[in-house]
Amino acid sequence: MPPASDLALLVPELWLAALGLVLLGVDLFVGEQNKRTVGWVAVGGLLLALVPTWGLAGAVHRPGTTVFFGSYAVDGFAVFFKFLAIIATTLVILASMDYFRASGDRQGSTQRFEGEFYTLLVFTGLGLVLMAASADLILVALSIEFVSLTSYVLAAYLKGNPKSNEAGLKYFLFGAAASAVMFYGFSLLYGLTGSTSLYVIAEKVATVPAPALTVSLALMLAGFGFKISMVPFHQWTPDVYEGAPTPVAAFLSVGSKAAGFAVLLRVVAVAIAPSGLDYVTLIAGLSAVSMFVGNLLALPQRNIKRMLAYSSISHAGFILIGVAAFGGAFGNTGLLIYLFAYMFFTLGAFFIAALIEARLGSDDIPDYAGLSQRAPGLAFLMALFMLSLTGIPPTAGFFAKFYIFAAAIERSPALLWLVAVGVVNSVISLYYYVNVIRTMYLLPPQDPARIQEPAVLRTALWVTGAATLLLGLYPQPLITFARAAALLLP
Amino acid sequence: MVPLPAYLVLGALLFSLGMIGVLVRRNALIVFMSIELMLNSVNLTFVALSRHLASMDGQLAVFFTIVVAGVEVVVGLAIIVEIFRSRATVNLDDVDLLRG
Repeated sequence: MPPASDLALLVPELWLAALGLVLLGVDLFVGEQNKRTVGWVAVGGLLLALVPTWGLAGAVHRPGTTVFFGSYAVDGFAVFFKFLAIIATTLVILASMDYFRASGDRQGSTQRFEGEFYTLLVFTGLGLVLMAASADLILVALSIEFVSLTSYVLAAYLKGNPKSNEAGLKYFLFGAAASAVMFYGFSLLYGLTGSTSLYVIAEKVATVPAPALTVSLALMLAGFGFKISMVPFHQWTPDVYEGAPTPVAAFLSVGSKAAGFAVLLRVVAVAIAPSGLDYVTLIAGLSAVSMFVGNLLALPQRNIKRMLAYSSISHAGFILIGVAAFGGAFGNTGLLIYLFAYMFFTLGAFFIAALIEARLGSDDIPDYAGLSQRAPGLAFLMALFMLSLTGIPPTAGFFAKFYIFAAAIERSPALLWLVAVGVVNSVISLYYYVNVIRTMYLLPPQDPARIQEPAVLRTALWVTGAATLLLGLYPQPLITFARAAALLLP
Repeated sequence: MVPLPAYLVLGALLFSLGMIGVLVRRNALIVFMSIELMLNSVNLTFVALSRHLASMDGQLAVFFTIVVAGVEVVVGLAIIVEIFRSRATVNLDDVDLLRG
């Protein structure tokens, strides 16, 4: 394929990279009081990026379409994650604008570096897009590092805040070590197959001795597991979510996780699956452990961000069911649908946590008491998100869980036990999610003053809330879209 | 000529040393150095395999790993300096505000 048409397939990436550079320039010329302007430019640019992505979605569905000598995939799968990354970044920027204003008002200070925050978010969004489309080990490593490095800075973003510093340090040390282990796995896989391209590896992997391949896969899973906060690589999650600025925690739990799953699925499905290695048992085991550990540790949490962090670990377990069920008629589709629906209700829950934190200066669930009187709209939305996280109809969460369980049942009878574990865990999770609803609706408020809802954040909240309901009530467009994107191999 | 397994064993040894350093040492800077050691063992493995397979991909990967390690130094040291400013320590056991 000639280079000119290669570039035509890369318009969304080029647009995002250019947008990030423009934002750096805009930031220089905007006064300290008006840093929100940078955020608005970012939101406008990101929304415009949906246009070329939409064009690609119509043009490219064929699996195996690549540019740059087979190293970068432009198949429907990659396009799906482009949408996901761009939407998530846009919503997080909308929420951050009010988060900074409200925390600034409460503490009587302004954030000098607010412009850089939006720039970093846009670049991280670009990194997510690259991760989901990488089809070469070198590019996979680079894009994962790209996302990690910007995320370390974002987690440590509140410079004077010791908790934020600590979150940055823990995230950095854990992430750098996990990446190094993953790189070692890549080097072994390269040595075993003689190539770094996933498609070439797929052709040669059948001749590789199984023990060596297992070691390489286990090492690679350390890096991927870190990104998706899978047990046993989850220890950083609660600390980082608690210490980092709340919009960043939201972004990590949705964006990094989704892109991490995209990479994991592409590597496992394209490069490892042809070897005949029984990776399904391994993934299913990790999935069950993640669900149990996440849910059981979430039960005693008082801090809403830590609770959401453990819930995020257990949801990683649920999504891993989709990876284990890959190859069946629903496996991939179920995973894509889950990630897309999960994005909306998780972002929504984190946004409300961000708003309450910025207004009241507290992350503790007991401080949510009487929220139904202080802010009825917020309380209603939070209840909706909590029900969706549990998976109660008619929300998007129910539909996502339904699809991913169906995928496992359809894939193989050997995965039935995993579905049973998933159902048991949904019941366990009901306890701590409903506890939030109980606190908001049944306990009396300590301070009856109404809580103001800033206009921009309200927009982001209603988008996530409406999507949570709509995807639950009328999922057909999402199913069609995910089906078209689900094929990874020609 | 030194045979390929010698390089691979040395790489595995360096990698294990780095891993042990990450798990055992409590000073953030030493932990960070251990991570760099792990990345260097990756480089050694890549180069040895590249030579053995007579393919350039492995050497290409080394360049990217070096760049990644360099960027990690920039971001990592910045974060460690920030921690030192607020706590006057880089001992990981003393950095314990977040727990539960």
